[in-house]
Amino acid sequence: MSADKGMEVSIAASVAAKLARVEAVAAYPITPQTHIVEHLAEIVANGELDAAYINVESEHSAMSACVGASATGARTFTSTSAQGMELMHEILFIASGMRLPIVMASVNRALSSPLSIWGDHSDVMAARDTGWIMLFTENGQEVVDSIIMAFKIAEDRRVLLPAMVNLDGFSLSHVIEPIQFPSQEDVDRFLPPYAPLYTLHPDKPVTMGAYAMPELYTEAKYSQEIAIRNSKAVIKEVMEQFSKDFGRKYNIVETYNIEKADTVFMALGSINENIKTAIDLLKDNGKELGLVAPRLFRPFPADELVEVLKTKKKLAVFERVMPGGAMNGPLYNEIASMVVQNGLDLQLENYIFGLGGRDVEPEELIDVFEQISTSAKITHADNKNYGVIGVRS
Amino acid sequence: MLEVRFHGRGGQGAVTSAEIIAQAAIKQGMRAQAFPSFGPERRGAPVQAFLRVSDKPIRLRSKVYKPDSVLILDPTLVASANPTAGLKKGGYIIINSNKSVEELKKIFPGQNIVAVDATKIAKEELGVPITNTTMLGALVRATRVVELSTLEEPVRNRFGVNGQKNINAYTRAYNEATIINAE
Repeated sequence: MSADKGMEVSIAASVAAKLARVEAVAAYPITPQTHIVEHLAEIVANGELDAAYINVESEHSAMSACVGASATGARTFTSTSAQGMELMHEILFIASGMRLPIVMASVNRALSSPLSIWGDHSDVMAARDTGWIMLFTENGQEVVDSIIMAFKIAEDRRVLLPAMVNLDGFSLSHVIEPIQFPSQEDVDRFLPPYAPLYTLHPDKPVTMGAYAMPELYTEAKYSQEIAIRNSKAVIKEVMEQFSKDFGRKYNIVETYNIEKADTVFMALGSINENIKTAIDLLKDNGKELGLVAPRLFRPFPADELVEVLKTKKKLAVFERVMPGGAMNGPLYNEIASMVVQNGLDLQLENYIFGLGGRDVEPEELIDVFEQISTSAKITHADNKNYGVIGVRS
Repeated sequence: MLEVRFHGRGGQGAVTSAEIIAQAAIKQGMRAQAFPSFGPERRGAPVQAFLRVSDKPIRLRSKVYKPDSVLILDPTLVASANPTAGLKKGGYIIINSNKSVEELKKIFPGQNIVAVDATKIAKEELGVPITNTTMLGALVRATRVVELSTLEEPVRNRFGVNGQKNINAYTRAYNEATIINAE
């Protein structure tokens, strides 16, 4: 086991891409993703990483170049945030539709307007139905491990889909913390070179991403949908293999202190560490709160969530994005659909928090728990669906 | 867990100070976090950085609002940036200052203070009034968060050929710091 290294999580993410021996990188800098692509540019330039670094003038071009590079059979990596992801949006669908196993570190940040460089999930949630596999991370170690796993998942012949590793802007990307790096030999054993099914090559011309008449389009999209649904089994396999090879255990749904708790919180990303701290503080006072943290958001792990939630009484879903006129936040809407389809007897609450980098301390989460546990039914004064933590009206 | 908030101005290297301590603590087998408070920051504007060190895994992603100690790189921030906000009772105010003990006691009545004229030391040792590494000596003196010697490796990694000068600067600050304990 290697010793912990104190390193900024962004730099660690680029080291993970290097350990995965990426062959092509195309990216455009945007806060808070910048350090990842800067460091990659540096290690490509100084010869530490043998990859094509394609300089582009925008994120639209970055993702387009990634599509081209991946289609030639190169292991391809990129990273973006916020407006950058929105500018990529069109090409995100093309990458998944062409079944290209690109891996992207998505450093989550709020969308303009108003302009905010700080973290929330507006960017990834606006891209949630683009057909990408989506993983979320709580700390730097998970970022490194997830990037390595993402390539193995995406490139599996049973999957062949792009994958996004989400990490919170600043609260994760800019933190120096202890991280362990696997050795290159161990990563090479875990992640052999990408063996594409078909590649673009001038000697053997093929057409990829071609046009589909109404007679074929539905079938093409249906087969893509089956692929992302079936990817869950592969993701489980890869996580198990990773646990065996590297000793760090990963599950598509993680839980914390759910055994004795009737009330459970759910969220994506780094807030889960604050929730765990809140849970520990409550436990010191003899109160039980649990956490259910989906590590996987696409494909949505409904069966696994039902399994851990079926005996629970109350679930509060926390989200870092405004619903934009929807009944509730996007994670809550999935959960509500899951609860109905599976006939669960679970009281649901939805909270919006942490928009544009707003801090939520464990004490505020404890307040939410106290509110939920002391009332039979929560009503939000100004909105009958979701509550907004800490909002000033 | 020890939580420290660093106050400086853009360009003074408050973030680097926090990073070096975190790297030293991790080197010593502890868990640590260092991160900046990003804002619309410009050279000269007040900035903050945060440090957490613990012997257990740290599961917190919010800023430090109730620090065990505060470190003030620039004494002019005392009047403008309220750097002692939320400071825990008995915590240390670690300040770059050329003021006398009596004056400091008046500014921070009833508080524990560790003061050192880091601007003077930095000018003499580094040739520039950049006090971020110099103040590390005062921080270690006040908190004993890491061994002074563990700072050497991250400082050399960070400053290359200027590493030794920075080591000399923080060692002097460690030795020359004045400790004022609250009565």
